[in-house]
Amino acid sequence: MPISTLFFSGVLAAVLLLASAVAAAVPAIQNWRTDNNVPVYFIPARELPMVDAQILFNAGSIHDGARPGLAMLTAALLEEGAGDWSADIIADRLDRVGARLGVSSRRDSAVISLRSLVDSRYLQPAVETVARLLKEPSFAPDAVERVRQQMLTGLQERAQSPGAIAQDAFFKALYGGHPYGSPPEGTTASLKGITRADIQGFHQRYYTSANAVIAIVGDLERPAAEQLAKALIGGLAKGEAIPLPPPAPLVSTSQTIRIPHPSSQTHILIGQIGVSRTDPDYYALYLGNHVLGGNGLVSQLSQEIREKRGLAYGAYSTFFPTRQAGPFLINLQTRNDQADTALQVAQTTLREFTANGPSAPVLEEARQNITGGFALDLAGNSKLAGALGLIAFHGLPLDYLQNYIPTMNGITLEQAKAAWQRHVRPDQLITVIVGGGQPAQTAPAASMPPTGPTAPSGSAQPTGS
Amino acid sequence: MPNRRIVIAALWLTLAPTSFAATPIHEFTLANGLKVLVREDHRAPVVVSQIWYKVGSSYEPTGLTGISHLLEHLMFKGTPAVPGGEFSRLIAANGGDENAFTSRDYTAYFQTLEKDRLEISFRLEADRMRHLLLRPEDVAKEAQVVAEERRLRTEDQPDALTQEQFNAAAYMTSPYRHPIIGWMQDIQAITIDDLKRWYQQWYAPNNATLVVVGDVDPAKVRALADQYFGPLAPSTLNPPRPAAEIPQRGERRIVVKTPAEVPFVTLGYKAPTLKTADEEWEPYALDVLDGILDGGGSSRLSRNLVRGSQVAAAAGTGYSLTSRLEELFVLVGNPAPGRSSADLEQALRAEVARLREEPIGADELARVVAQVVAGEVYQQDSMFYQGMRMGSLETIGLGWRKLDDYVQRIQAVTPEQVRTVARKYLTDDRLTVATLEPLPLDGRRPTAPGAAVDHAIR
Repeated sequence: MPISTLFFSGVLAAVLLLASAVAAAVPAIQNWRTDNNVPVYFIPARELPMVDAQILFNAGSIHDGARPGLAMLTAALLEEGAGDWSADIIADRLDRVGARLGVSSRRDSAVISLRSLVDSRYLQPAVETVARLLKEPSFAPDAVERVRQQMLTGLQERAQSPGAIAQDAFFKALYGGHPYGSPPEGTTASLKGITRADIQGFHQRYYTSANAVIAIVGDLERPAAEQLAKALIGGLAKGEAIPLPPPAPLVSTSQTIRIPHPSSQTHILIGQIGVSRTDPDYYALYLGNHVLGGNGLVSQLSQEIREKRGLAYGAYSTFFPTRQAGPFLINLQTRNDQADTALQVAQTTLREFTANGPSAPVLEEARQNITGGFALDLAGNSKLAGALGLIAFHGLPLDYLQNYIPTMNGITLEQAKAAWQRHVRPDQLITVIVGGGQPAQTAPAASMPPTGPTAPSGSAQPTGS
Repeated sequence: MPNRRIVIAALWLTLAPTSFAATPIHEFTLANGLKVLVREDHRAPVVVSQIWYKVGSSYEPTGLTGISHLLEHLMFKGTPAVPGGEFSRLIAANGGDENAFTSRDYTAYFQTLEKDRLEISFRLEADRMRHLLLRPEDVAKEAQVVAEERRLRTEDQPDALTQEQFNAAAYMTSPYRHPIIGWMQDIQAITIDDLKRWYQQWYAPNNATLVVVGDVDPAKVRALADQYFGPLAPSTLNPPRPAAEIPQRGERRIVVKTPAEVPFVTLGYKAPTLKTADEEWEPYALDVLDGILDGGGSSRLSRNLVRGSQVAAAAGTGYSLTSRLEELFVLVGNPAPGRSSADLEQALRAEVARLREEPIGADELARVVAQVVAGEVYQQDSMFYQGMRMGSLETIGLGWRKLDDYVQRIQAVTPEQVRTVARKYLTDDRLTVATLEPLPLDGRRPTAPGAAVDHAIR
């Protein structure tokens, strides 16, 4: 112990010396709007002859309304046909130039990402392809049916996964009828009911220039980047900017939901509604959460549950960085007969952390991990593009990267603790417990409706602080 | 810097790069046998440090399966100089990322750090290479953690559970039959003396490779390596026992029944790797064949099985030409709703049969090559992957330069060679098939294919 303590003070000195070197290496973001008014965020990266472009639409499952799964089905169908091109032709056009296309659909956003070699003989066909599938996807009836079936299989896969069951139940209990409560993957009934017209309507309304931002990282001069942005999204219909849904009402009482599943482990989720990505307290909460459960094996949850007691492989906590207040979530899995013990340890750890806050040295170490590791988060085009996409989508300031370390360094222990106590309410927790090793039907009468509160049951019931 | 860019551009314009080692790589060996590889990448002020040991699950005898992985966990539990938990705490407080991974053929530990903090990585890794404590209470607790990891990743994952039993059926004498994480009974029975012996046997500088990638000065890395790793004593190494798979004499089939909703099929053909092949072009031809079946959305499985006949909800292949021992060329898939596992198996086998019968098209081959060429550029974006490639090749015994000519090797493959390896290796007598038969999750109701039920909110 003396050796490592001694060594550690040397580390502290080094941290201060290095801060400026890292800050100098943070790249500057270039920003402009295309002719059709889409914000472009660009960081040149000249070392490798490649480019990453991300187009982010305000087209996530928050807009599903009465048709859960509609946003994801629409996104998945983009590469399944455009104009007179079939899915085979689109795939061929991308593969023959070595381009990689990714389409993902989340609660807030739909993200289309393209990675390509930068030489125009390769880049241009890839860009033409992506531009066309964004602008005029064909949503051919046979493709709609096929992807619908794939999504139904996806739901079956979720039904065999205790982790996925727990997550769906958690979001539903937390958000109820709010758009964040709607499962992005849909439900069997809703998927079966979605029509081609629904999909066309969704695309028309949300895949527009008014709902798009674009982030580019790669081996391009500014004029070439401007051309690339224009080529990708210049043809989009203008549309109108769609407002965010209102924030969800906070859950006011604690509630425990138990769902039997034949798995060997019990999955436990504990949480509540947290904050939005742009909440002024986000940094302080992120820093505090790094102490509680956001910093791997070093965090308190990991220490208490895994390192001291061997109860789980992983025990984490997270604030979801969404546009409206997303969940704060603790997540762990343990052998069925240890579930109550693990739950109790997690609850106690959270309660004590909320009441007492982190100690000063522990907070400093968490801060050093975040600030000292900031350069790691920007190392490579892929990571830069991810950070830039986040900045673009949330409209974070252009000096966000430059200010990140100073902002983190400016948070005091008192501020971190106060922010935590403002937002985390240990007497208003949703707890979802999936597992038990029992087949689901053995006790149908005892099977709680997922949104109904259960009676207090000893250690499984969170108590007020 | 400008020179480097010009070189890369010139290379890929001709689509015939001689080497994608676009940045300098430095190699040296310490007196105690530790090999050190340093690759400069000055794009960001960051360094990745990885230490690779020549040990993994394929070195393990029956009864001790999972010992390499359990030891990997215990490597974080402290030495006399750095008590339990301190390793991770110090790396974290230095802004670092760290972790470790165990495979069939290697065990590796890594840290990613701001470039001027490489010293702490070397200091801590050198310390735990020879001075691990291994205390009984840590062993007992960590075996529980690993058991939880096994439940999470294998036992409660129907596809993974099927894949594990598939490997155990496909291989009879090869240690690839054992799961990397180990069988549960072994995880729980491995003793502290077993672990101490395993550690003494394999954790030595002359059984390791240190790989550093990042914004570093190679001379300084060398000085640091000398300072921290130089004093460590080498061991007398005994090579692993022979572990060849006996020749397969006919098709094998197994069924795995477990609570699930979605059926799953996996097919595997015994196939050579760069380490085991008679002819060196064969693994490259198998790699091209892999791309023909599953390289991008235009490949045959996507085009014919997912979109064309729609027999598969998802399908894919797997083949690693850099495994230490004989491999499996694997095809997997989930049948689409309303289609059976038998339908999907038949469709996958028909695709394999077509590769035996007809040469692949020139356009298909060109697509695979284009993806390989582009992929060689893309992967340079990841310092971690660069380290992985050098470290794994060196550890497996191929030498870290082995894939420097990967693109030319792939470009040299002909349609006739692809047909030749299909005829030689993708034959029924070399095949093992495993099928997941879902048991009802609710313990009562048989699951009809295609009868999707919304369990998400029950």
